[in-house]
Amino acid sequence: MADIAQTAPDRPDGLKGIAADWASDQRAFKSVSWGKAMMWIFLLSDTFVFGCFLLSYMTARMSTTVSWPNSSEVFALHMFGADIPLILIAIMTFVLISSSGTMAMAVNFAYRRNRRMTVILMLFTALMGATFVGMQAFEWTKLIQEGVRPWGNPWGAAQFGSSFFMITGFHGTHVTIGVIFLLIVARKVWRGDYDRGQRGFFTSRRGDYEHVEIMGLYWHFVDLVWVFIFAFFYLW
Amino acid sequence: MVEVTPHANNAVPAAEVADVELYHPKSWWTTYVFSQDAKVIAIQYSGTAIAIGMVALVLSWLMRLQLGFPGTFDFITPEAYYQFITMHGMIMVIYLLTALFLGGFGNYLIPLMVGARDMVFPYANMLSYWIYLLAVLVLIASFFAPGGPTGAGWTLYPPQAILSGTPGGQAWGIVLMLVSLILFIIGFTMGGLNYVVTVLQGRARGMTLMRMPLTVWGIFTATVMALLAFPALFVACVMMLFDRLLGTSFFMPALVELGQQLEYGGGSPILFQHLFWFFGHPEVYIVALPAFGIVSDLISTHARKNIFGYRMMVWAIVIIGALSFVVWAHHMYVSGMHPWFGFFFATTTLIIAVPTALKVYNWVLTLWRGDIHLTLPMLFALAFIVTFVNGGLTGLFLGNVVVDVPLSDTMFVVAHFHMVMGVAPILVIFGAIYHWYPKITGRMLNEAMGQFHFWVTFLGAYAIFFPMHYVGLVGVPRRYPDIGGTSFIPDSVHTLNAFITVAALVVGFAQLVFLFNLFWSLKFGRDAGGNPWRATSLEWQTPTTPPPHGNWGDTLPVVYRWAYDYSVPGAPEDFIAQNDPGPQTGHVAGPA
Ligand code: HEM
Ligand SMILES: [Cu+2]
Repeated sequence: MADIAQTAPDRPDGLKGIAADWASDQRAFKSVSWGKAMMWIFLLSDTFVFGCFLLSYMTARMSTTVSWPNSSEVFALHMFGADIPLILIAIMTFVLISSSGTMAMAVNFAYRRNRRMTVILMLFTALMGATFVGMQAFEWTKLIQEGVRPWGNPWGAAQFGSSFFMITGFHGTHVTIGVIFLLIVARKVWRGDYDRGQRGFFTSRRGDYEHVEIMGLYWHFVDLVWVFIFAFFYLW
Repeated sequence: MVEVTPHANNAVPAAEVADVELYHPKSWWTTYVFSQDAKVIAIQYSGTAIAIGMVALVLSWLMRLQLGFPGTFDFITPEAYYQFITMHGMIMVIYLLTALFLGGFGNYLIPLMVGARDMVFPYANMLSYWIYLLAVLVLIASFFAPGGPTGAGWTLYPPQAILSGTPGGQAWGIVLMLVSLILFIIGFTMGGLNYVVTVLQGRARGMTLMRMPLTVWGIFTATVMALLAFPALFVACVMMLFDRLLGTSFFMPALVELGQQLEYGGGSPILFQHLFWFFGHPEVYIVALPAFGIVSDLISTHARKNIFGYRMMVWAIVIIGALSFVVWAHHMYVSGMHPWFGFFFATTTLIIAVPTALKVYNWVLTLWRGDIHLTLPMLFALAFIVTFVNGGLTGLFLGNVVVDVPLSDTMFVVAHFHMVMGVAPILVIFGAIYHWYPKITGRMLNEAMGQFHFWVTFLGAYAIFFPMHYVGLVGVPRRYPDIGGTSFIPDSVHTLNAFITVAALVVGFAQLVFLFNLFWSLKFGRDAGGNPWRATSLEWQTPTTPPPHGNWGDTLPVVYRWAYDYSVPGAPEDFIAQNDPGPQTGHVAGPA
């Protein structure tokens, strides 16, 4: 058979080299597996979903003729005899961002084949995620008790409640799904599925430790989105 | 053995990538029903899309009957007419064209054309189809729900979409429509991720990006666009669902209905329009780009000539895809926008015409002095070029603010978009089916029935939509079930309306011939052999026809050239297959 190498000229330098790599055969991104590529592209698409949600919220907020509830009052907690603004949300944000740290460490340990540490860190991440969702449920309860509804609230524009519940709810759903998958992947790590190349129940494909990293991509994304929601809802 | 020089680093995988893990079905159910094979999924997608498309076709007959002979049919009330319009438009655009091009052709052609064994995630691919089917069932359910389907128009503009005056607005119709769209988007995303990753990361050895057939480029770019455009529709649907079910006011301003002040207030209907058209305009190109790609391959193959300006064609597809995200508000010139926005969007809209026109020139230049075989695929491809140019020209009218304002919401618009995104892509779909049916089934479609189908469809489509431009120009509004005796409308319009209706019925029945042909040829069609069109691209080089599970037998193909080596001087035949190492022709487009 002819030598295909003759159609692959020497790789040029600089930008042209980048273009050549990108357009070369088999894979556009040489060291990226299928699973990772899919997660990145999914996250890009999901970014557009969150982007549309947040832009819609901003439009509603900027175009409403009724005053917008004051966030430092609405999101204050009465603790130790004083109203402390944004205290709950500060803790929630802290917990979620920290969970990104433990997730990153879990990925590291997974690649070192340290199953024990990986599982511990993933469970820790899941726990913090669950705590976040729990605190969010607490916040929702508090707001609902104070009379905030999707269709109205005591303090101003009805769109406050609508967008708040919709966007934090959508984000909370993402976190919840993340927690569930963290637990599933952690269980697989624990059982050593990835060492044995055990086949998945649904997909019947062999798993490997990269799943931990792909899981991590999703988790970091959810955390990153939270930063924007935090900024636009609580700090604006 | 074949040697490959690693390009960037040593990460170039072996021909058989480790991630390739085919799922081997074990039972009848997993082979034919819950199949993870992209080819089976493609046929499931196509079958479902064509079936639901027939519903939309019948609805168009009913609408035409009402428009042509108003007052003759008692059951077509104004409410029913709105419901027909809405379901017809939505089904045609989303559930037929999008599903057929991406779910149908995408699934069948991408793995075969890039030399892969299957999509990268067959399981998600399978789910994609079943969720699509669910979305279709929910959509159909709305025909039987109390109050019937929604009559809000396919654009679903609030506030009317969820008010009681609109059919289905305060009943099940709109809810089922929104739920169905949300399901469609979820299902599509699962498939779409597959198509994109397969093209990016799952190609055969030697298949560089700049050697991919334009069909793959078109479907790939359209899928990327869909993954970025559908989110806007998703968000719009969720928010409208909340407005309808929870009483939020995202899109609902304060309003009075039948003397009653409603609970709504403070929302922005224009926000919905922005979200909808941020999806809606790219959607036009989501159905157009696969058509562009496919038609390029049909023309090149059946004119036995390499495509003119391959690189230009690729870049034009990509640039059109990118630009189509910044033109959406040309659908909103009459919605009330700052004049500067109108200026901006008119400019971007007209700029898109440049790469689009470039593609048309290249198709024509490919035909120029080609060895044109007037096969059925070629006939449909030629019909596409003519029709697309026609629709594109009226698009230039509508893209300009001052011209659009009087034409907005007239039958002129209806004629325009049917030409450009209705008839043109459908013609390509027919051409593509005549072209690839032999690969899918091993038999040729019957030529006589095909010729009949082509001429009736092509001429009939012009009989329907050409006069419609005139009807619109004299001012007949769209979405009116009955224009009555309005004084400014000349009698000729009524005559034309009756004529159009007759043409629409004839064209509709011609499609039944096509459907019959699909089944008839399955059994009685002429034996096709593996490569009846003597085409170069990989799908024609499979070891058996139809291609086996896993597509390629024991070894994956290795690609040595682009897909357009037709009539190469000195070559033994008038085509050189992509996996033929043969003489190097120097046509190695792009970085190898
Ligand atoms: C046999 C072929 C077809 C006929 C006879 C037909 C006829 C019609 C008619 C009579 C209307 C309503 C016009 C009005 O009163 O406003 C309409 C609307 C529409 N059609 Fe078609 N059509 C056909 C094929 C298609 C195809 C292939 C598409 C795919 C893009 C399509 C997309 C639409 C859309 C989006 C609307 C607008 C619905 C709305 O106003 O909400 N049609 N069609
Ligand atoms: Cu548009």
